[in-house]
Amino acid sequence: MATWNWQFDGWIILTGMLCAVAAALPGCFLVLRRMSMLGDAIAHAVLPGLAAAFLITESRSSPVMFAGAVVAGVVTALLTEWIRRFGRVDEGASMGVVFTSLFALGLVLIVWSADRVHLDADCVLYGALEFTPLDTVSIAGRQIPRAVPVLGTVLVINAAFIVLFFKELRISTFDPALAAALGFRPGLMHYLLMVLVAVTAVASFETAGSILVVAMFIVPAAAASLLTDRLSSMVAISALLAALSALLGHTAALELPRLLGFGSTTTAGMMAVCSGGLLFVCVLISPRHGLLTRLVRRRLLAWRILQDDIIAVLFRLQERGDHPETNLQTMQSILLVRPAGLKLALRLLQYRKLIRFSGDAVTLTAAGAAAGRQLVRAHRLWEQYLASHASVDAARLHDKAERFEHFTSRTLRDELDAATHAPRIDPHGTPIPDETPADAESG
Amino acid sequence: MTAATHHLRSPRHRIRTGLIVLLLLIAGSAAVQEATALSVSEQPASGATAGENPAEQDSAGWHPAWRVLLLTDYNVRIVVLGTALLGTAAGMIGSFTLLRRRALMGDALAHSTLPGIVAAWMLVTSLGGDGRAMPVLLTGAAVSGLIGTASVLALRRLTPLKEDAALGIVLSVFFGAGVALLGITQQMARGSAAGLNAFIYGRAASMGRADAVLIGVAACLAIAVCVLLFKELRLLCFDDAFAAACGFSVLLLDSILMALVVLITIVGLQAVGLILMIALLVIPAAAARFWSQRLQPMFLTAGILGGISGFLGAVFSALFVRAPSGAMIVLVCTGLFGVSGLLGSARGLLPRLRKRQKLNRSVDRQHLLRALFELQETRSSEDTSADRSRTAVPIDTLLEARSWPLRRLLREIRRARNEELIEWLGDRVRLTRRGAVEAERLTRQHRLWELYLITHADVAPARVDRDADAIEHVLEPEIVADLERLLEREQTALPDSPHVLTGPAHSTSSSERADS
Repeated sequence: MATWNWQFDGWIILTGMLCAVAAALPGCFLVLRRMSMLGDAIAHAVLPGLAAAFLITESRSSPVMFAGAVVAGVVTALLTEWIRRFGRVDEGASMGVVFTSLFALGLVLIVWSADRVHLDADCVLYGALEFTPLDTVSIAGRQIPRAVPVLGTVLVINAAFIVLFFKELRISTFDPALAAALGFRPGLMHYLLMVLVAVTAVASFETAGSILVVAMFIVPAAAASLLTDRLSSMVAISALLAALSALLGHTAALELPRLLGFGSTTTAGMMAVCSGGLLFVCVLISPRHGLLTRLVRRRLLAWRILQDDIIAVLFRLQERGDHPETNLQTMQSILLVRPAGLKLALRLLQYRKLIRFSGDAVTLTAAGAAAGRQLVRAHRLWEQYLASHASVDAARLHDKAERFEHFTSRTLRDELDAATHAPRIDPHGTPIPDETPADAESG
Repeated sequence: MTAATHHLRSPRHRIRTGLIVLLLLIAGSAAVQEATALSVSEQPASGATAGENPAEQDSAGWHPAWRVLLLTDYNVRIVVLGTALLGTAAGMIGSFTLLRRRALMGDALAHSTLPGIVAAWMLVTSLGGDGRAMPVLLTGAAVSGLIGTASVLALRRLTPLKEDAALGIVLSVFFGAGVALLGITQQMARGSAAGLNAFIYGRAASMGRADAVLIGVAACLAIAVCVLLFKELRLLCFDDAFAAACGFSVLLLDSILMALVVLITIVGLQAVGLILMIALLVIPAAAARFWSQRLQPMFLTAGILGGISGFLGAVFSALFVRAPSGAMIVLVCTGLFGVSGLLGSARGLLPRLRKRQKLNRSVDRQHLLRALFELQETRSSEDTSADRSRTAVPIDTLLEARSWPLRRLLREIRRARNEELIEWLGDRVRLTRRGAVEAERLTRQHRLWELYLITHADVAPARVDRDADAIEHVLEPEIVADLERLLEREQTALPDSPHVLTGPAHSTSSSERADS
């Protein structure tokens, strides 16, 4: 596999994508129901079901094996619930008891049956995605890897289930009590979902291995939940992310080790890593909670407030009439900001045509003066309001008003004006400017 | 300072736990010394296991099972003692993580050690060193385990993702990275990566003396820390806000607990394997929950159960050559969990059933006695000449009054007769003197509660009978005394029933009156 072979790699990527998307769909609901670890538990716990079915039928890929593993998966969910309720331990602990026990049982069964059936625990864990194109079936005259129709069927089943029961799933996920009250039987939904999870895990085992299934259950769904708050878009995005990480994963598995001078590595493992990488990107750029987004938003707000402050300072100076023109140094000493930030804010203000540079000095334009007037008016009205209506201590008035002034609209200013009976001066004794200069002349 | 904080800081406790720790350390070092001495005298072939040469052992006159169980074989003894200590420490730490609701944290941690192990192996091997040296691998495991734990905490704090998703993400992505790295190691020319698989499934048989000693020392250290910080960790588990208010650093205590988990997970990797290591941290602690409601006994029980699992699991894996030790240890754990779930004295299935049955019986007994007493009462009120408590009641009347199936009534009467509370008179029954005293006490409690409900809780007289029925069986003498004071009743007098005695008792008496 030194070079890309589309016939070969195409099938691998397709299989990986089918598996990833099939797992990501029910995974959304696992993550939202805070049962992510149950996906992990079921993926581990189907091992004894597989092994027992191997022992009984002595063949691989039989329906019996499939059924055995699904039963083991559902038993995990049932036992977890039962031990949690009966042993009064939290869900994590009861899950830990159940799936480790079942996995250990499966390991022992596999070792004991190793003489009769070739079943490798490694294969179950890591999968053998690279070898899927070698195991083919003939469908409609074409040689197709056996995994493709199997995983395709599972994907269709999962998608159909989610489309058909979308309403039921949504209501029982977000408000199980309401769902029960409306007669939707959230318990039934829970176990149906568990069956789907088990079916997906089993179908993906031979090709993708449990580790990829577990990653695809949780990681794309978690990443999608960061990007959107709507369930339908979350499901769609998680499917996209899953497919993308399958594609990236196989590419990375082929290309990354080559940089270090090795051949290709396990595709399944790399797909898990790539989904982790996509999640990391989502953590950074998520529109509401992203670390970078939050940083940028805070920065932008800080710049806006700085611009407001500059205009308010200029207006106050103009009001006093002593410094109609102000230079950078004065401004910096009043606002206590770093020169770089100040210069940027001034440029932005100039761009917005609120201030004008005349050499080194800065003056307000007419629009700037109006903006400054509104800000200062809002500030002093707030001070008056806080002093008269909220009995705020005189020493703390300024700080509070300084915060509110940036978010005070015209309507709010009018309401404040009315509530404080249109005062002429604020508690500090300075006059409150009117909404427009014309009013000031007429008043 | 409150009593609790005083208790926490009491120096006597420190001294006592300090002594325990000292003893533990002495025992541990003695074991290590013995192991070293034995290694000098016996000179075992390195890496040899008990199970490898069963024929040789048979020729020595010992059945292999006995040889293993009695720990006559040096290597088996080392491995078994090591895993037993590991189990003990894991059980003890597990009881804290279980109560702190961090049970699955160890799972994510254990899985996230894989990339570190493989990367350390690759690095050291490519530099020409021995990649399979234990310190190298364990350092790699510790580094990536800590990165994994930090990632879980970061995901939980910096994003809106919930704890379970954070655990699942770290677990699968890190393990995936480890698998991808493993794929590369298979192509490396130098050295064999075959031993790395032992970390995934656990292979106690491949443990050498040094590994076992390392496990033993780490386990003793972990146990010592648990015992020394017992009170602080207990506080952390049950009321971290109070712990913070008492001046303990919750963050520091949490970090210590996580460090213990990291330590025990990493030394346990070789014996149990990283997939199943979580079992040793969770199952003994969860099983110990069945035995006690108090932390101290639970902590000790978890340690003992973990120790037994480690011991028996290692023994079994030595007996059955091919059984992976991790799986055997976990299966023994599960067996003990099942036994605990059935028999556990605090919450086990059977004790709980027995307790409920006992309660049901005593409730039945009390109902029977009171029914009999009230029937006798209504009858004797018409027949003043007869001794009040000596009137016999026909079974049929009693049957109607209690509305029980006949078999249940007869069974209860038989039981009461065996305790000489009731006696038979042909097809009638009556209370014995002892029974009459007991029945009067019960009836009195019942009626006091009825009166209380009527006068203080505004319950309608027609409904108080049922309500009182539910509570009369658990009335303590102190509550009865309170009721007496509240209702200003005489200490001994039996109040009349505040409502019409319902059912057949009344109808029978009225029909008898019509007859006369």
